[in-house]
Amino acid sequence: MALKEHKTPLLDELEKGEWPSFVTEIKNCASKNEMSNDLLGLLEKSYRERIGFWKHGGIVGVMGYGGGVIGRYTQLPEEYPNIEHFHTMRVNQPSGWLYTSDALRKLCDIWEKHGSGLTNMHGSTGDIVFLGCTTDDLEPTFADLTEAGFDLGGSGSDVRTPSCCIGPARCEWACYDTLAVTYDFTMHYQDELHRPAFPYKWKFKMSGCPNDCVASVARADISIIGTWQDDIRIDQDSVGEYSDNGLDILRDVIMNCPGKCMEWDGKTLEIDNKTCRHCMHCINAMPKALRPGTDTGAVVLIGSKAPIVEGAIISSVLVPFWKPEPPYDDLKDLMDEIIDLWCEEGKARERIGEFIQRVGMGNFLDAIGLEPEPAMVAYPRDNPYVFYEDAEEE
Amino acid sequence: MPSVDEIADGMYKMVQDAQGQKKLKPTGLQKAMMEMYGVDKKTCKLAIRALVDNGRLVYSYFGGSFLELPPDGDK
Ligand code: SF4
Ligand code: SF4
Repeated sequence: MALKEHKTPLLDELEKGEWPSFVTEIKNCASKNEMSNDLLGLLEKSYRERIGFWKHGGIVGVMGYGGGVIGRYTQLPEEYPNIEHFHTMRVNQPSGWLYTSDALRKLCDIWEKHGSGLTNMHGSTGDIVFLGCTTDDLEPTFADLTEAGFDLGGSGSDVRTPSCCIGPARCEWACYDTLAVTYDFTMHYQDELHRPAFPYKWKFKMSGCPNDCVASVARADISIIGTWQDDIRIDQDSVGEYSDNGLDILRDVIMNCPGKCMEWDGKTLEIDNKTCRHCMHCINAMPKALRPGTDTGAVVLIGSKAPIVEGAIISSVLVPFWKPEPPYDDLKDLMDEIIDLWCEEGKARERIGEFIQRVGMGNFLDAIGLEPEPAMVAYPRDNPYVFYEDAEEE
Repeated sequence: MPSVDEIADGMYKMVQDAQGQKKLKPTGLQKAMMEMYGVDKKTCKLAIRALVDNGRLVYSYFGGSFLELPPDGDK
């Protein structure tokens, strides 16, 4: 049967120019898939009338799981019957997003068989996102996914699919094995991932160094960011080469050092490592000459979130230096303390960062049994938390 | 101490009684059972898991995650 043709003059504008266009991709799918075709029509109408004709939520999912499927329905099912249901499925991505081409083909085949064929690789959560599934197709899709070795990820008030940067798989700056920690945490928190039982969402994100390629400091409830305790390694010959090749070390590196801890006399680069803020700027500017130290581990931070119910929050330091050693029980025990407290005392739709703001960091640390220390800062060097016991105030 | 099945029945009754009036969260059900029967979190989690796995309750999402009776026809 021929597909209904939707005129799309506004969307066509988004195909002009040199860059890739999501409209082109939807059109590719629309030529052979009636869901994608109706999506194109609805999207054009949304652009024309400046209204999103969607509603989401409700009772929708696969048997036994409370996460992984986000119910979506068009408000105009008579006009666009093929997207009356257009649910999103979140599929747990492999750590670091490493695939074989065979695995990618399998995912696409499954999705073309059951859904719109449209994917989002990857969503901001990190998951493989399948866009557009009917309620009836959820279980068959899930069955084919599990057959291929994949599982659904998190959604709703649960542990969201942990995600990480590519870390030591390809990146020389990785200060710990982000892939191993992410895989381990994903397996450890399976129950919490599939069965929502929290006041709101909970995200773990792992970055191998302070470049924080997964932006964990801005959007994860627990950010685990690689760092080092000793000195930045310097290869003075390579520093000289950068200078000889035209890098203005004084202007582009030294002057931009937030710790003001570098000196360059034209021959030798010196770093006062005690005041280094581990921002990675100098290392990024001269990657052949500078490297993180060798005593590596991670900083564990807590409480960031994007602005949804309340405004945005950046993470604060919780554990100034953590040495990740499998099975990571020290950190998991701390997480259990925090999650228990939050489940007990947190309000509905209150992220852990908001909870800490409400009860106060001092009370929070007290309740989870963690001793405050000066390195638990919200911003480097700027505002250490200082706590006074009642007895000391008297 | 009540068994997982008994806790599951207690939770199911709470959801049934609240149906149409109030949506109940898994944490709320867990707290209620812990107070009523003195059971631990693990038992409550297993009870929820059993209820969802055998289809007596389903998860829903309305700004937060809730447990509900399945829609008519799914029962
Ligand atoms: S966060 Fe650091 S270790 Fe991870 S990919 Fe980015 S630069 Fe590499
Ligand atoms: S890492 Fe940042 S703070 Fe440290 S020396 Fe380099 S530029 Fe300065």
